[in-house]
Amino acid sequence: MREATRWLRALLLVGTWTCTGLASAGNAKAAGSAAFDPIYRVLTHPRCLNCHTSTGFPRQGDERRPHDYRVARGTDDHGAAAMRCTACHGTSNNGLFPGAPRWSLAPLSMAWENLGPGQLCQRLKDRRQNGQRSVTQLVEHMSNDPLVSWAWAPGAQRQPIDMPKDDFVRALQAWAVEGAPCP
Amino acid sequence: MFALNVNGVNRSVDVPDDIPLLWVIREELGLTGTKFGCGVAACGACTVHLDGEAVRSCAYPVSAATGHQITTIEGLSPNADHALQRAWVEHQVPQCGYCQSGMLMSAAALLRAHPRPTDAQIDQAMTNICRCGTHPRVKAAIKRAAQAMGTHRA
Repeated sequence: MREATRWLRALLLVGTWTCTGLASAGNAKAAGSAAFDPIYRVLTHPRCLNCHTSTGFPRQGDERRPHDYRVARGTDDHGAAAMRCTACHGTSNNGLFPGAPRWSLAPLSMAWENLGPGQLCQRLKDRRQNGQRSVTQLVEHMSNDPLVSWAWAPGAQRQPIDMPKDDFVRALQAWAVEGAPCP
Repeated sequence: MFALNVNGVNRSVDVPDDIPLLWVIREELGLTGTKFGCGVAACGACTVHLDGEAVRSCAYPVSAATGHQITTIEGLSPNADHALQRAWVEHQVPQCGYCQSGMLMSAAALLRAHPRPTDAQIDQAMTNICRCGTHPRVKAAIKRAAQAMGTHRA
């Protein structure tokens, strides 16, 4: 009887520990999800994703079609020879043509197409893939880089990011304060 | 007032800052070798070089061209004898000819980046539209020019 009680206690202990551990992991995941979801919503908007592609070409439009005129990624993410991004895109919007400083595709290591929130978050934080940026530098980049900010003022008939820029920056800061958790 | 360097010559033009470079080149400077095709940077007939890189001048504001070396078809070579131009004649590339100055400028930018371009590199670079369908000749002439330039360098 004593033996059975000991086993029961042991099982309860293990069970409690496992549940606590799972609950803790679940809470962390939930916290990561809550903190990262608004960021994910912005980063997967066509204004961002069209150039954060995993393809050999940029995309364009809200339907994310391959870029008109057979524009290719090129070896340096700035287009092919004689068809560089700068052949049409300047440092600011110009009529039909969107523009911002350093207009180009994101490197393939920063491709976000077809990634869920957890995968995108992990890729975003991976310094080997994100241009050696710390979380602080990521927040700074996404808060102040003119090319990122262009997505809130894309010009012509293009739809801007559907979250106010200030809200996005606050979401970034809150995510960083929480330790940049991932879903 | 904008100060421009076109084909090595300093020029100044008094135009609105959002006027496309194409119209300055054609209407203000009288260099009519560069053509208007579509007006939305799709066809490439208006291609010129800024610091050796191809740009589509119908969509390029003149204000962004200051401080750069602008080259038009008239400035591609002193006597219309660039290796590409010779190859163009050899292969009888132009038919109606309207798109060909843009074709040549794109091809020159291609050869500057890739002196011996592959078929894939030619296809990616030469998105210029030609309604006469000269693309096979364009490709052959680019290869011929690349060969001639390589031989000349050697």
